[in-house]
Amino acid sequence: MADRPITYREALSSALREEMQRDERVFIMGEEVGVWGGTYAVTRGFLDEFGARRVRDTPISEMVIAGAAVGAAMAGLRPIAEIMTINFAFLALDAIINHAAKVRYMFNGQFTVPLVIRTTTGGGKQLGATHSHAPEVIFAHFPGLYVAVPGTAYDAKGMLKASIRDDNPVLFVEHSTMLQRRSPVPDDPDFLLPIGKSDIKRKGSDVTIVTYQKGLEHSLVAAEELAKEGIEAEIVDLRWLRPLDLEPVFESFKKTNRCVVVEESLPMFNVGAEVAAQIHDVCFDWMDAPVKRVAAMDIPLPYSHEIELMALPSPEKIIRAVKEVV
Amino acid sequence: MAKPNKETLLDWYRQMVLIRRFEERCAELYQQGLIGGFLHLYIGQEATGVGAVAALGPNDHVITAYRDHGIALARGVDPNRAMAEMMGKRTGVSGGKGGSMHLADRALHMWGGYGIVGGHLPLAAGIALKMKYLEEDGVVLALMGDGSTNIGYFHESLNLSAVWDLPVVWLIENNQYGMGTAVERASGAKELIRRAMAYSSEDGSGMKMGPRVDGMDVLAVYDAVSEAAEYARKHGPVLVESLTYRLEGHSMGDPQRYRTKEEVESFVVSGPIGRFRHYLTETYKGVEKALDKLDAEALQTIDDAVEFAKSSDNPTYEDLISHVYVD
Ligand SMILES: Cc1ncc(C[n+]2csc(CCOP(=O)(O)OP(=O)(O)O)c2C)c(N)n1
Ligand SMILES: [Mg+2]
Repeated sequence: MADRPITYREALSSALREEMQRDERVFIMGEEVGVWGGTYAVTRGFLDEFGARRVRDTPISEMVIAGAAVGAAMAGLRPIAEIMTINFAFLALDAIINHAAKVRYMFNGQFTVPLVIRTTTGGGKQLGATHSHAPEVIFAHFPGLYVAVPGTAYDAKGMLKASIRDDNPVLFVEHSTMLQRRSPVPDDPDFLLPIGKSDIKRKGSDVTIVTYQKGLEHSLVAAEELAKEGIEAEIVDLRWLRPLDLEPVFESFKKTNRCVVVEESLPMFNVGAEVAAQIHDVCFDWMDAPVKRVAAMDIPLPYSHEIELMALPSPEKIIRAVKEVV
Repeated sequence: MAKPNKETLLDWYRQMVLIRRFEERCAELYQQGLIGGFLHLYIGQEATGVGAVAALGPNDHVITAYRDHGIALARGVDPNRAMAEMMGKRTGVSGGKGGSMHLADRALHMWGGYGIVGGHLPLAAGIALKMKYLEEDGVVLALMGDGSTNIGYFHESLNLSAVWDLPVVWLIENNQYGMGTAVERASGAKELIRRAMAYSSEDGSGMKMGPRVDGMDVLAVYDAVSEAAEYARKHGPVLVESLTYRLEGHSMGDPQRYRTKEEVESFVVSGPIGRFRHYLTETYKGVEKALDKLDAEALQTIDDAVEFAKSSDNPTYEDLISHVYVD
């Protein structure tokens, strides 16, 4: 079937729609998902199409949105719970970490939690310190939960459909500034991408850039600039923070012998720390330079745009980091 | 409870008009790209904020959610510094680091606006605890939206305040919607004031259920909150509900598919400022001139505030990295 260029938002919408049509047990619950049509307009029209039984507006109650979705999933439904932004997932941490991720293990496999929690991440929109996190890595700390971080419309669609069909709980993290990005996406209603597979988004031989979402966008820009100077970056898009697939990273590193990890989250205890540690473990003999990390500055984000931009990763910062290692 | 005199009433009018003009100008500046992020206007709710804050003394405390411009101005925050915060300037009340949702002014006991729904409610309990602990005079006025009454923070905070007899006036600004969700679609208790019952006992101990007041009537709000504050000082927490209406969208760019134009219009007609003006002109013969003067002064104050904000400096890299920790 033909691949059509659609937006990241349309990719999410069509994935949800197709999976709801396919399986009656799939339903949506969250704040403003129904009458409003989704804060980011992803579920626009869903209330009319599927009705209030399957598109359920909730009170502003993150704890029970996540917790009730866990219970419904344990009991055999396949909830898609929406937490408006990942900042508000902090209010639901216990339900997500202690229950979504653990009930299967704790009760020796008696329960499954076929749950998707959709949420949006990302800063840079002047929303201030409490509303500008990109903290998905926190959730990747815990076994029992998958964490999806799609960076293109293509990935968003295939990964969301796969997440909904999978029997494990998935925190599906969408990027709030990427909803209008377009890429070709198959029309096939069974288009699924494998869970826990990273993807090479650009071929290169001089340095390996490991990244996802906003970092991917910045890295692609940086790579074009670097190419003008004869530096070819290979870009690995992680796509999932759990399961974390670093095989393509190792393979790439053995060729380039250099690595820069780019992410929007904070600089300590982050994805870069994990990737660097694993590269040390597996590729020690191939290392020509220390693994560099590009992340946000180690501060809460301010409102004022001038200084907010200083704190965030950018193509320029990536180029600088690459030049330190090549 | 002191009956407000004419001078006081005119000052309330001044505040309400100032808030309205401030908000209108903010909307314009947002369209021009001079204000960014989220912008939640207080238009329609002026009587609630002004009436409630007027019931407090200088030793009392105020804390609210992100729809905070009106509360900050009513508490006496300098319009210049409020406007500078909107534009992210270093002369802003929060140094340009907080923005529209996060106006605080410690000297005025304005403990800030908070962007996480319900997140400020336990802080209110804690501030009240400090006063009780040190046997200080003063109450905390904690304002919140109707939507925030459904979050765990609300229940835990109100319950704790009842258990520890904390001097808090919990004031629900029921503007009938939390984003696009009408109260009755989000709350088991349609009359939110009934929530007080959950933290009160048959013998009268625990949370006091205060009135459900007409939040478009600044005098009624003032009376209700004054009485509640008096009770809170002596005995412990009170829950008050103010019935009001948000005349603008939830934030800028809200398509407002969840309500009709007619519904909004009906509240424009009965809006708080027109109503109060009517009351004043009925009560004080010949007051129109004074009111017109206040109207004009409000416009001038806002013009000056915008000028001040525009000519202020942006925060610097030093500002960016300061105040993460105590040095
Ligand atoms: C914990 C949390 N969940 C969701 C949001 C997103 N949000 C911001 S305002 C709002 C509606 C709040 O409604 P209400 O409490 O009635 O206040 P109002 O906006 O009407 O003043 C929502 C859902 C948030 N800021 N915090
Ligand atoms: Mg409300």
